Amino acid sequence: MTAHLRLDHLTIAYRGRPAVRDVSLEIGAGERVALVGPNGAGKSTLLRAVAGLVEPAAGSVELDGTPIGSLGRLAVARRVGVVPQLPVLPFATTVEQVVALGRLPHEHPIRGLRPVDRSIIAEAIERVGVGHLLGRDARELSLGERQLVLLAMAVAQAAPILILDEPTVHLDLRHQVEVMDLLADLNAREGTTILAVLHDLRLAAHFFPRLVLLDGGSVVADGAPTEVLSPDRIRDVFGVDPELVALATA
Amino acid sequence: MAHASALRAGARPRAAYLRSRRPIALAAAGIVALVLVFVAGVAAGTVAVPIGETAGILAHRLLGLQVPVTWTPAQETIVWDLRLPRVLTAMTVGVGLAVAGVTFQGLLRNPLADPYVLGTASGAALGAAIAVILPVRTVILHFGLLNVLAFVGALAAVTLVYRLARMGAGGQTTSLLLTGYAVGSLLAAGLAMAMYLSGAGLRQIFTFLLGGFEASSWERLAAAAPLIAITSILIGLRARSLNGLLLGEEAAAHLGVDVRRERAILLALASLATAAAVAVSGLVGFVGLVAPHVVRLVVGPSARLVLPLSALLGASLMVGADLVARLVGEIPVGVVTALVGAPFFLVLLRRSRSGYEL
Repeated sequence: MTAHLRLDHLTIAYRGRPAVRDVSLEIGAGERVALVGPNGAGKSTLLRAVAGLVEPAAGSVELDGTPIGSLGRLAVARRVGVVPQLPVLPFATTVEQVVALGRLPHEHPIRGLRPVDRSIIAEAIERVGVGHLLGRDARELSLGERQLVLLAMAVAQAAPILILDEPTVHLDLRHQVEVMDLLADLNAREGTTILAVLHDLRLAAHFFPRLVLLDGGSVVADGAPTEVLSPDRIRDVFGVDPELVALATA
Repeated sequence: MAHASALRAGARPRAAYLRSRRPIALAAAGIVALVLVFVAGVAAGTVAVPIGETAGILAHRLLGLQVPVTWTPAQETIVWDLRLPRVLTAMTVGVGLAVAGVTFQGLLRNPLADPYVLGTASGAALGAAIAVILPVRTVILHFGLLNVLAFVGALAAVTLVYRLARMGAGGQTTSLLLTGYAVGSLLAAGLAMAMYLSGAGLRQIFTFLLGGFEASSWERLAAAAPLIAITSILIGLRARSLNGLLLGEEAAAHLGVDVRRERAILLALASLATAAAVAVSGLVGFVGLVAPHVVRLVVGPSARLVLPLSALLGASLMVGADLVARLVGEIPVGVVTALVGAPFFLVLLRRSRSGYEL
């Protein structure tokens, strides 16, 4: 499998303190990978590096063989879609206006959205199931609804790599499962490479064929859920009774 | 989501809700309003020139049409040499302040921002006050020292704010706003001192602070209009960056916006437009704050729509305000924009479905 996304001895430090230490990782086109690990393990920092937002202290991030630092922001945005953190919107913004922002990297610089963009936006709205929220001000929605709207925006961005940081944190159980199904569907139909940080190990193990376990900024294990989430590791890395996540590995 | 496959099998979902015709209708209404207020602005005043004659003079001089001369030379002088440059200057300043207002509000992600928020107003005011105190009288491009120092002061203040904010740690947006506030306060102290020392020049400084278009001329318009037109167009071409910033700086970066670069460029363009506007008309408040909000309440936040429609509205508001100021008897136009604009804005805010969060 060709390495779509390659992290090579990547080290990232914030004010001299390393958050990611010497991580090497290859993710092939069309893979679905969940990053798991305790708080402060460096998962979100790793995602930011893959999105080209942080300068590595050492090592490199390559997209299809090109160092991400040498690509312009627009070129990165066409290849890597990110579901952003819930923003504070300064002005009243309808749900469809938020989703439409996903087309920003693709739209015509002067004329804006073309008909093809509009149908992609409409499709993303239907696919994520936020059609019933159309016309509403995104600032009035619940946290979970806002999270779905932002997911729809990232789907509309239609990049070959989709990055999600805790996409289910504000969602009820049914919507958690639906989001996981959607990610699997994007992966199966469009061949989208999925890289997601997940805290829920059961969700990660059930819906992702490959897990990368981070601890203290380093990769501790990488492979199928059953290999990665061994009872010993769960006890060592997360400091909890493995029985609590036994369902996942059963 | 559960129905994803069913949807896929059928026709593409209709996207009618994304294809509103409203912006075009609004733009047409805006242009009609601007033309009406333009003609009214040229025709009315202390000496009223009948609409027929006004239209005739405009058609004759502006469009070069051969129309029967039914007007007196005095009327032609009033319309062509006094009112037309004045109305056009008000339009230009209205465009500049409205576009700068949209830009500052979008860049700083703050609905309270206006063109003056990052020190341009206090810089310009201090520059103007210094010009009044200095025993130097000079004319550059048909502008007095007051206009020149106001322009320089506005740009110097915003440059200082930008430099200082970049040195600080933490969020750039908050840093810019707070630095703008601090530098503004410092310059305001300088202005107060200058006003205290100005003696007989106090009224001149005060006139600048309240804003007005009495001193308009073709020559001054020729210096300010290109600057405002070019900066406004360049800002319009960067609507995408302003749209990305709606979701914050990090999300904008994910959507392909080079935030650091775009912020510097947009800040420079909006500051230039503001400085040019302030140099010709003084500190006319309110239009740059209100016009963008009124437009957003109607069409939503997309800068692609908000920028041109705000420019139209800003132009109309400014010409209208100047007309009222003249008819009432040459009161400062800033007084009119505040007296008329503030209550109107309050009504709009109450009627809008959702308020603003800060």
